[in-house]
Amino acid sequence: MPKSLISIHDFSKEEILHILEIAAEFEKNKSQNILAGKVIACIFFEPSTRTRLSFETASNRLGARVIGFSDTGNTSITKGESLKDTIKMVSNYVDLIVMRHPLEGASRYASEIASVPVVNAGDGANQHPSQTLLDLYSIKQTQGKLNDLKINMVGDLKYGRTVHSLLQAMSHFSPNFVFTSPDELMLPSEYKEWLDGKGIPYTETRQLSDHLNDSDIIYMTRVQQERFTDLMEYEKVKNFYRLEKSMLDNVKPNMKILHPLPRLNEISTDVDDTKYAYFYKQAENGMYVRMAIIAYLLGYK
Amino acid sequence: MENLSEKHLKVSAIKNGTVLDHIPAEQLFRVLDILKLRDCKNQITIGFNLDSKQYGKKGIIKIAEKFFEDDELNYIALIAPKATVNIIKDFVVVEKKLLSIPESVIGAIKCANPVCVTNHEKIQTSFRTTVKDGEVLLKCHFCEKSTSNKEIQIVTNNR
Repeated sequence: MPKSLISIHDFSKEEILHILEIAAEFEKNKSQNILAGKVIACIFFEPSTRTRLSFETASNRLGARVIGFSDTGNTSITKGESLKDTIKMVSNYVDLIVMRHPLEGASRYASEIASVPVVNAGDGANQHPSQTLLDLYSIKQTQGKLNDLKINMVGDLKYGRTVHSLLQAMSHFSPNFVFTSPDELMLPSEYKEWLDGKGIPYTETRQLSDHLNDSDIIYMTRVQQERFTDLMEYEKVKNFYRLEKSMLDNVKPNMKILHPLPRLNEISTDVDDTKYAYFYKQAENGMYVRMAIIAYLLGYK
Repeated sequence: MENLSEKHLKVSAIKNGTVLDHIPAEQLFRVLDILKLRDCKNQITIGFNLDSKQYGKKGIIKIAEKFFEDDELNYIALIAPKATVNIIKDFVVVEKKLLSIPESVIGAIKCANPVCVTNHEKIQTSFRTTVKDGEVLLKCHFCEKSTSNKEIQIVTNNR
């Protein structure tokens, strides 16, 4: 079975650092024709803007060609074709598969039946490892290091897969976490127990103002309507936090605000032009990191 | 050696095979399912709601001419950890097996996560087990979510 990237646990600390290094090379030299003649499938069973476009751009910048679909409407999946048959067929056509699927575990399953590497571009609320790697890349880029940082995660810590994966990946680098969330969206106990087991310190709060001034990274998240079965519950929490420029007067000079995007109201647009806003650059970094992931899995870096 | 052919037996003895005893009555049918006995062609005698000092009501299953792998039997530990397993040869108990929680569980139970891919495609389920505070947690190999042994559902053919 070729090496795939399905969950952030699939990469060791060394591999994570290696990806970040190659990504930095790609940022300096944005087009490298190392995958000329290769074909990459981007198959998206669920909508996406940034992830799909950045994977496709990353493939193109490496010189590979891209095939795929961005929704299942005009594919044989509407005829009832199984995921297994779709993956078996696609993996015979291409050199690497990037896939997003609404069902959790779909990418793991695909990686076990495909003859080529699979990159998980999101499987429901489960894993989205390329997002985690680009978050790490952005943290390292803004702070000059990954070790001993205070990371304040804000918003939907219950359903937010980026939060869960990022805290697991950061655990390699002796972090100190703040978890800022409404009671309804607190970090699940399994993750807190996991952090306890690793001896990683964290504090929990409901107040965004509590730890704005002593954090190195504020990691804002959107409350994702699509994860709620109860819309009343969603209405209660959707606008719980709003980060505004006026709240940033006493933050640390090195502090940066990250957000996996898309954002709704949780970051006011007046924050965009401050030196603390880093989410657009973070999204750009996604392309370099995805170039690095593809090149690494295909054995070119 | 204990002789099972005593006259006060409520469920008739078998000559050769496996006897699963001390199953809590409410778990009896799940034990049948976890061992896939609905499809079994062997002679099976089942005692249900028998009086038991330990449980009040217990179940007993006797399967003639069938001997399970330890891995299969250990699945019972997930739903009836105090069940006993006796191997019978010529009406005599020749071995009592101790159940232990299996490290992995393949195919026998359903993932409790409704949006797990295994509940939508024909995929054999796969779990790793961990024990925490006396509760067994089964972590799905695919969706990475944990199911408690208290809420597990067994894969049956008529689901």
